[in-house]
Amino acid sequence: MKNPLDSLWGTIISGVILTAILYAVVKSLLV
Amino acid sequence: MDLLPALARWLHFLAGVMWIGLLYYFNFVQVAALKAATADGTAAGITKHVAPRALLYFRWAAVVTWIAGAALLGNQFLNAFTLSKGMAGIGVGAWLGTIMLFNVWVLIWPNQQKILGLKPATDEEKATARRVAFLASRTNVMLSIPMLFFMAGGWSHRGTFGL
Repeated sequence: MKNPLDSLWGTIISGVILTAILYAVVKSLLV
Repeated sequence: MDLLPALARWLHFLAGVMWIGLLYYFNFVQVAALKAATADGTAAGITKHVAPRALLYFRWAAVVTWIAGAALLGNQFLNAFTLSKGMAGIGVGAWLGTIMLFNVWVLIWPNQQKILGLKPATDEEKATARRVAFLASRTNVMLSIPMLFFMAGGWSHRGTFGL
């Protein structure tokens, strides 16, 4: 599998997905 | 006293813009430019004159951003880093920023020194350094996306996002 960080779009999409995951974690577990 | 947090916020923004601005310059502009410049034999213009200066401001802006951010958190510093109630949003932002600072000083800068010839390295070491520095830099671009989300809305506007 290709490393998504090798492309700029892969990096940006990974960042957006990570944002959604962290948001869900903070909202459900920590707030 | 409200002056210190206000000044810390200002400095945090100024240094943060420089840090993340240069991070985006490296990833969105310089990586592709260097590839093209290497192909036509003009890479030295970037590696000798641009990259070392950009890296100087980049790594020290990262330090100033972190210190100003810590000052801004003030007596909420521990609550943020332990993700205490009401501080979890900004705490996640602070942790992401801290990981990014670590990447700058432990992964990006020492490897860039080898790549740019500021530190002796064999061709094989340079090739490894290039990959490690590239991936650490790309990781920071990826982390900057949630980091800025939690920095922008995790404290002052946490209610807007229900955090």
